[in-house]
Amino acid sequence: MNTNEQRCENLAGGPPSLLLSGNSATALGALHGGVALGTGYPGTPSTEILEYFSQIGGKGQWAPNEKVALEVGIGVAYAGARALVTMKHVGMNVAADPLFSAAHTGVVGALVVVSADDPGMASSQNEQDNRRYAVAAALPMLEPADSQEAYDFTLAAIEISERWKIPVLLRVTTRICHTQALVRPRAALPRPAPYFEHDLRGRNLIPSNARPAHRRLRQKLAEMSDWSETTPLNRVIPGDKKIGIITSGVSFMHAREAAPAASFLKLGFTHPLPLKKIADFVRGVGRCVVIEEGDPYLADAIRAAGLKIESKSEMFRFGELNVDRVRRILAHDQATEPARPPGKPPELCDGCSHHVVFQALKNLDCIVAGDIGCYALGVLPPYSAMDCCVCMGSSIGIGLGLRHVLPAAEAKRVVSVIGDSTFVHSGMTGLAEMVYNPPPTGHVVVILDNSTTAMTGHQEHPGTGRTLDHAATGKVVYEDLGRALGIEKVHVLPLGKDCAEFQQMLKESLASQQLVLIVARRPCILAAKSIREYEKLNEKTGLHGKCDQCAVAREEVVQ
Amino acid sequence: MKKAINVIIAGLGGQGVIKASDILSQAAFRSGCEVKKSEIHGMSQRGGSVTSDVRFGPQVLSPMVPPGEADFLVVLAPDQVEVNRGQLRAGGVLIAPDMIDPAVLSNRKSFNVALLGALSTHLEISETHWLMAMHACLPDKLHAANEQAFAAGRQAAVADKNKA
Repeated sequence: MNTNEQRCENLAGGPPSLLLSGNSATALGALHGGVALGTGYPGTPSTEILEYFSQIGGKGQWAPNEKVALEVGIGVAYAGARALVTMKHVGMNVAADPLFSAAHTGVVGALVVVSADDPGMASSQNEQDNRRYAVAAALPMLEPADSQEAYDFTLAAIEISERWKIPVLLRVTTRICHTQALVRPRAALPRPAPYFEHDLRGRNLIPSNARPAHRRLRQKLAEMSDWSETTPLNRVIPGDKKIGIITSGVSFMHAREAAPAASFLKLGFTHPLPLKKIADFVRGVGRCVVIEEGDPYLADAIRAAGLKIESKSEMFRFGELNVDRVRRILAHDQATEPARPPGKPPELCDGCSHHVVFQALKNLDCIVAGDIGCYALGVLPPYSAMDCCVCMGSSIGIGLGLRHVLPAAEAKRVVSVIGDSTFVHSGMTGLAEMVYNPPPTGHVVVILDNSTTAMTGHQEHPGTGRTLDHAATGKVVYEDLGRALGIEKVHVLPLGKDCAEFQQMLKESLASQQLVLIVARRPCILAAKSIREYEKLNEKTGLHGKCDQCAVAREEVVQ
Repeated sequence: MKKAINVIIAGLGGQGVIKASDILSQAAFRSGCEVKKSEIHGMSQRGGSVTSDVRFGPQVLSPMVPPGEADFLVVLAPDQVEVNRGQLRAGGVLIAPDMIDPAVLSNRKSFNVALLGALSTHLEISETHWLMAMHACLPDKLHAANEQAFAAGRQAAVADKNKA
């Protein structure tokens, strides 16, 4: 979280500005844009948007997963209010089903969907470029280049969404989200009053309604395509006519520094693309180079329009760009880049309860279907005790698949290991599958319940019984859920410092050849103190545990 | 127009690398500079290597210090000096952890701020702005310890310069 982001008079003169991360700037844009509800699921680099939104007085809440978050957002926007839905890039895969359909139904209020991509994979399992989603789902897309634009484009996204009655994709990347830079806020927009109007044909996507909905969607895109040609979100910065650079997002900043004299076409509204404006720019310069991180999204689209441009070689598709890499792209330099000496890899904290579990899994030589979270560090020495980590919730399905086909002697060693927040996100349907299609050797699922979403920085979730701002609320109880689903044996084990007790329980569970759910419980060592404080405060007040941090942040930015 | 200053702060998760870069960027911001500060969050907080780039001056474009162009490299962990030395430009200044004896600090957790004290002797940022930045980034109960650490860092750097 960003306690340091203080409002401050800029001493050099001019109106007051703020030093804000792109995430905080997006949250402030949402607040000033009259967003009635912000929802999402934590995921680096997007997490701080909703936390900050809540701290400065917005209504922000965590959903069990991105799909549910987007569905809640769609409901808000059907009611004529404004919604902000945040997620990391892989979260959009989870939310893709409602995303595509919401493009077809359209919305009444604003629906802004933030996709925070992670080029270079600082904290992700893949490097997907979610600009592809704008094309696939037929949605307008904005790409800010710094914190100021994160703020401005959030407001622009709200306006575009309401003007064309369509969800808008706000696509950011790690260096936008986590870079602090100056932001000058502007006057807040008036907030519309929610209302409901029936639109049975518009919002019930049965085939007879969906066919005209698709045509309406393409018509909206055609209109936005014309608008894209004239909006100041796409702007030419005149310079040396010998070289022109077409770019978007943070790549603009790297390129402007690498080639300050060049002409630039800086694209902020990147779907649908302003192809006439691009053609004029390409024809007006000697050499035209597209500079973009990740996939050749702009380069492919511009080439498909029959325009002659240069783009990066394949080696620059991997990882983030920086000023040096842009210089190399401009110079056609494909020499091997100097490797940075390896730093120290992360590891499980001293005193982390996951040590106990991974020691036992290693001792029993288990085949471990793992999942997404801190416990993925169990793959590293000294344990090297995780055989796969694919996507949120995958541990259960993959463990079952292994059990179905492996010879019995090996199948009996398979264990699925999943964290508490990940379990609520997408592990529950895996348990339903286990009860419905049990493998002949049974199966063992271990929920590593450390009472928080640890990896992303200790966010609450439906299993903690506290809301985003740590107030008491309803609680999902995994052991009750397991029993209700019909799992034969459900154990709850408070973890100690020694692995013997857990190891014995795991050994017996594997030998039983039944369906077993073990909830291995001990709060994250980094979160335990805060959790105790929230619990104490909630007991005392029964109300929102307003922490000092919220009070400070609210005072600083709310004018 | 003066060029932007590039600072990289490096260390291990939990040492206060991010907090130090917060304070530096606030101090530069308050002295009227354009500032960009960038780092990678996430996995790094589990004890792994962490670096934060802070750039400030009349204009800052890329949020990342280009490789090998750091004017200052501030390192909190001895084993992270060599890992990051290549980021320093020729003639750039290394603020190494062995500059400060932790025993002189009233709270050893303020080691990050002590190194900022040492860095401050090279920068044109007034003491007032440093203090404002520290107060903005730290809770009240930690102000005294960090002011002491900052002063101790300055003193150590000045003593070093005099020796040289």
